[in-house]
Amino acid sequence: MIRLLAAAFALAAVPAAAETVAITGGRVVTMGPMGEIERGTVVIRGGRIVAVGADIAVPADAQTIDATGRIVTPGLVAAGTALGLVEVRAVETTDDRGTDAGDLSAAFDAGYGLNPDSLLIPVARLGGITRAITTPAYKDRSDRELLFAGQAAAVVLDGGAMLMKRGVAMVLDMGDAGAERAGGARAAELVALRALFAEVRDYRMRRAAYDRGETRDYTLSRVDMEALIPVVEGRMPLLVTVNRAADIRDALALAREERLKLILESASEGWRVAGEIAAAGVPVLLTPVENTPASFEMLGATLTNAARLAAAGVTIAIEGNGSHREREMRYNAGNAAANGLDRTAALAAITINPARIFGLADRIGSLEAGKEGDVVIWDGDPLDTLSRPATVLIRGVAAPMTSRATELRDRYLPAVRHPANGETP
Amino acid sequence: MASMMKHLGGACIALLSLTAAGAAIAAHGAPDDPFPATYRPAASASLAIVGATVLTGTGAEIADATLLIADGKIEAVGAMLPVPEGYARVDGRGKWVTPGIIDAHSHLGVYASPATPSHEDGNGAVAPNTAEVWAEHSVWPQDPKFRLARAGGVTSLMILPGSANLFGGRSVTLKNVPSVTTQGMKFPGAPYGLKIACGENPKRVYGSKGRSPATRMGNVAGYRKAWIDAADYLRRQDRWEAGGKVGDPPKRDLQLETLAGVLRGEILVQNHCYRADEMAVMIDVAREFGFSIRAFHHANEAYKIAPLLAKEDICVATWANSWGAKMESLDGIEENAPMIDAAGGCAIIHSDDGLLIQRLNQEAGIAMTAANHAGLPVSRGEAIRWITANPAKAMGIADKVGTLEPGKMADVVLWSANPFSVYALADRVWVDGVIQWDRSDPRYQGPSDFVVGQPGQGFAR
Repeated sequence: MIRLLAAAFALAAVPAAAETVAITGGRVVTMGPMGEIERGTVVIRGGRIVAVGADIAVPADAQTIDATGRIVTPGLVAAGTALGLVEVRAVETTDDRGTDAGDLSAAFDAGYGLNPDSLLIPVARLGGITRAITTPAYKDRSDRELLFAGQAAAVVLDGGAMLMKRGVAMVLDMGDAGAERAGGARAAELVALRALFAEVRDYRMRRAAYDRGETRDYTLSRVDMEALIPVVEGRMPLLVTVNRAADIRDALALAREERLKLILESASEGWRVAGEIAAAGVPVLLTPVENTPASFEMLGATLTNAARLAAAGVTIAIEGNGSHREREMRYNAGNAAANGLDRTAALAAITINPARIFGLADRIGSLEAGKEGDVVIWDGDPLDTLSRPATVLIRGVAAPMTSRATELRDRYLPAVRHPANGETP
Repeated sequence: MASMMKHLGGACIALLSLTAAGAAIAAHGAPDDPFPATYRPAASASLAIVGATVLTGTGAEIADATLLIADGKIEAVGAMLPVPEGYARVDGRGKWVTPGIIDAHSHLGVYASPATPSHEDGNGAVAPNTAEVWAEHSVWPQDPKFRLARAGGVTSLMILPGSANLFGGRSVTLKNVPSVTTQGMKFPGAPYGLKIACGENPKRVYGSKGRSPATRMGNVAGYRKAWIDAADYLRRQDRWEAGGKVGDPPKRDLQLETLAGVLRGEILVQNHCYRADEMAVMIDVAREFGFSIRAFHHANEAYKIAPLLAKEDICVATWANSWGAKMESLDGIEENAPMIDAAGGCAIIHSDDGLLIQRLNQEAGIAMTAANHAGLPVSRGEAIRWITANPAKAMGIADKVGTLEPGKMADVVLWSANPFSVYALADRVWVDGVIQWDRSDPRYQGPSDFVVGQPGQGFAR
């Protein structure tokens, strides 16, 4: 009964369409220049935030959500996800994260083929995630010599059309996996990459000649080279998964020499070269709970990596635990906080930092006038296992606080509560 | 021998007498304990943890409590207990105390880090029935994850073979103490388990080799054939014994010996099984051959048959967060364990993972919080049982660990905060009253040999 009442209350209290919404009374953690507001108001109109502050008049036409005693944050931005591209990992037809077509590499675009009906999306949303970076994954076969996994896309998780921005990063493995794909040695990949970038630059100057068949042969297909032009021009960041300290140095050197914009991902031993990463102005995406020496490139993995990178001045974004488990992203941030990362920095690592890293900070990542109305109201500390989101707004519209999992739960709860007369459905 | 048994903190005496003969021959012809535990807790000082909030593992939460430990055992716990003279005092004010965390499903040591082919020792995917293998013969005690799990408060864990096979082999229960040998970690007196796997894994592994089982019906035929052989083996053994053990005993068969151990009730069935309908079939198979299933593992759909599992007294070891990697796990929900609990069953949060094993307390917290939001109230006192008393029951060691009741082994964690919170860190961990982890003292953070001389060896976690 309590739950039913709560559900009815929630329905009455949250907006169902893009109208004017005022969230009042909560502790507003803006992640923007206004910092934290003890009892703040956030006003959203037409899907955009129009006002944030302590002394904001609630518009007469606004639907008010009372957040007294609660914490109000921006919607969480999940980096490194497969949201929209995978349903059941073991069912190949539902896994669109990558291709093993030999002639499609850098041109593979995770911004196509997105499925807004994916069961994973409401589950992520119940973890406060409103936007994500959907990232291609390598789909290797034994004879595949592929360097790039393809391009990541920014997506919105409101159940409608997902694509927010295409081509936010070019995805590449270095270290163990990159070496294996390049023929078994790190040097092979580093040499091959430099040769490829040179070819792309060459192609860029001779497109017309290429189309007439008057250039030398290039290693990559035309679409792959086209896709890499923004990378060699430093407009599209190269997102490199890499772990060993020496490999991180190699990636930094590559980016410096080739004048590429770089994002590091995973970076288990990042703490060992944190000063160099910070000096290069390169951000890091990481899963701070990955502290086992799972491979020879991760021997220095530690729970303190996030705190040490941040202390050195590196912009970090904290990732979840993969496709079905993205909702754990906030707990990962909490664990980084439990192991030395400042709590506000931990929240930044799942909101404004990923927005900045992927060039989306003009639209999302903080509660500031002019940004899109993604707001989460929490019943406690957003980073803690003991709290949950009470309300999730995306572009000013309340998302349903249900998923297929909660529907299944509710289907079987009566039989559990009253086993004597409980017929399972 | 008797003089050796003295001054061992009072522990393990029963086991020592059992193993004193080296390989005592049981009534049915097999050596009782050919790989005996050599773990002996060091002598430890009497200890009083004073002022903490204690979750006893029996369901109780006691504020401002005193926990007394003597001779490696729990002596007493309660509010306002006087501290006897000579007890070392540990200031627990503002902190929390729980029984040592117990993981009922781990592959530490059999899938050791780093994950190289040399360390893949958990799945003998060469035949659907490998009941003859014992996980303890694969465990690498230098797996660096043992220490990481210790830093997460894990004091006992069951190491299982993988799930490629219908019968994966014997599990082994370990105390999470540093040791060069696996025998030096073995939990004295813990029964063995037998890993059985349902569903997608065996049928995929063998179907792809063009052999049976290639279907779920093939899986079940495989179990039944094996149990028929085991029952026959048991009858031959029993006949020989009943006949006065005249002549040569029936030849030992390692595979059938383990299965017969299940039929005798000495080895506990630990059954990897995701779907509700398959669990119901396994319950019938067990009934057909007269054994019982101790726990279903993973069991993402257990909530669909929670009353049945409670009635059958079968534990459910599961997660809060894992779901959807394959079809049989698609219906996983966060509230699985609390729903088992609410139906009167034995709910367990397990890891099956080298990262999660470090945070079983948080995983239980997620399930508890989800349940409370779903209108299924769960107290902290109950929820802690999912990672202490209930796994102890599933592993057959509930008489020794899992709660802070007097007389039990003093496996204890002192937490920096509410243990279900993401901010809780294990400040100290005692195993049999001996300090084995201290977050602020490098003497109790020693890494495994593998980590020595490697980057990051100085980090505690």
